[in-house]
Amino acid sequence: MATRLTQPVPTPATEPALSKQEVLRYSRHLIMPEVGMDGQLKLKNAKVLMIGSGGLGAPLGLYLAAAGVGRLGIVDFDTVDFTNLQRQVTFGTSDVGRKKLEAARERLANLNPEIQIDTFETRLSSDNALDILRDYDIVVDGTDNFPTRYLVNDACVLLGKPNVYGSIFRFEGQASIFGYPGGPCYRCLYPEPPPPGLVPSCAEGGVLGVLPGIIGCIQAMETIKLIIGKGEPLVGRLLLFDALGMRFRELKLRKNPECPVCGAHPTVTKLIDYAEFCGIRGEEVPAQTVSVPEITPKQLKQRLDRGDDIYILDVREPHEYQICNLHGHLFPLGDLPKRVSELDSSREIVAHCRSGKRSGEAVEFLLKAGFRKISNLKGGILAWSDEVDPSVPKY
Amino acid sequence: MAVKVIIPTPLRQFAGKHESVNLEAGTVGDALNALTLQFSDLKKHLYSDDGRLRSFVNVYVNDEDIRYLQREKTAVQQGDTISIVPSIAGGAKA
Repeated sequence: MATRLTQPVPTPATEPALSKQEVLRYSRHLIMPEVGMDGQLKLKNAKVLMIGSGGLGAPLGLYLAAAGVGRLGIVDFDTVDFTNLQRQVTFGTSDVGRKKLEAARERLANLNPEIQIDTFETRLSSDNALDILRDYDIVVDGTDNFPTRYLVNDACVLLGKPNVYGSIFRFEGQASIFGYPGGPCYRCLYPEPPPPGLVPSCAEGGVLGVLPGIIGCIQAMETIKLIIGKGEPLVGRLLLFDALGMRFRELKLRKNPECPVCGAHPTVTKLIDYAEFCGIRGEEVPAQTVSVPEITPKQLKQRLDRGDDIYILDVREPHEYQICNLHGHLFPLGDLPKRVSELDSSREIVAHCRSGKRSGEAVEFLLKAGFRKISNLKGGILAWSDEVDPSVPKY
Repeated sequence: MAVKVIIPTPLRQFAGKHESVNLEAGTVGDALNALTLQFSDLKKHLYSDDGRLRSFVNVYVNDEDIRYLQREKTAVQQGDTISIVPSIAGGAKA
């Protein structure tokens, strides 16, 4: 059941016409009856707010600017990191270390100097979300964490603004439009977030760089369709994309009549504490609550140099071992319970992973299994690279 | 009835790395039970301690959300596809 748009998202016509330059710039839009002067003027008068200028925000910003969205707001407080360049194509190598907003503004203004770019270098929160979103017609969610997704959703429903949603994980993506009048919101689909730590981040799970490119482009496409009022929008539809199989699937999304935010009797009528809602208090909750014995890279190096007999247990995955290793014995964490009998508890064992988190879990597990001569390499192979051997590549 | 259960990426590590699993089942509940019997690690990711499906995981039969059908009692037909769709957000540490 596709929702045919009966009317596009209202964009008050403040600009009456296109300049000669604009007519030429957008000629490929203008010669299509589906867009034409009317459609292009709607784009010019549209105000779109992008939450996040990262993997999803990169193609999104580029294509919305290219299309001539008259006013583009961007919310992002982050700095360009070297590891972003694998997918955040708004930025170049020379932008590493710069504020994302500064670099994005420069890139987008160069692409299209006709548009107005507003930047909000702030973390979106319950205190500022309603004020920031208020002036825009459409919000596009390109964020990277659950609390902000719920915040954006709730703010959009409270303000009556459509929320063009996209999300990714490794090689799968989702897209939809939430908060459209009569349509479902994000909470209709997912009333509750997963507990922290259950769904890995890009840094932990990895992501095919081009994947947010595809989903971000889909978000841009849906935003433009909403503005010009053409085609069938992803309202009430969850688009699922599997990059490896190159398959698109679609699931029906229904508005939940008992939705606490957009239902007939909403219980959420103002923005809440989303960090609490998602089970995170203040800073990140540490992975292990039991303190495990630790050894620093320098201490380990000293002991190895002394000739001590230490069994190095590497609990990473085979593909990580190929990137760099300490010549340890590879026991991927997931296999450890099945293979624990291969370990000799009379030997001294130092467990390591990339950053010390997974190996901490391994040490906890082995302690419970009765191992005594076991410790965790603090900071993992990353710290080894920093403190002992810089020739070991970091990843 | 022979049905296919599609395992989403975040959960494949708990389901023997399979993208999909073929099962015999009469209802969605049967299929999920058979799945978690075969892959016991999957259970805690799909179900909370009180035995209810976790609310950040949605289950569809073909393209319909089971919450709007008969939930786990939804009957399945030969060749139906059951999709497990968890919420994902990419990016930063959750």
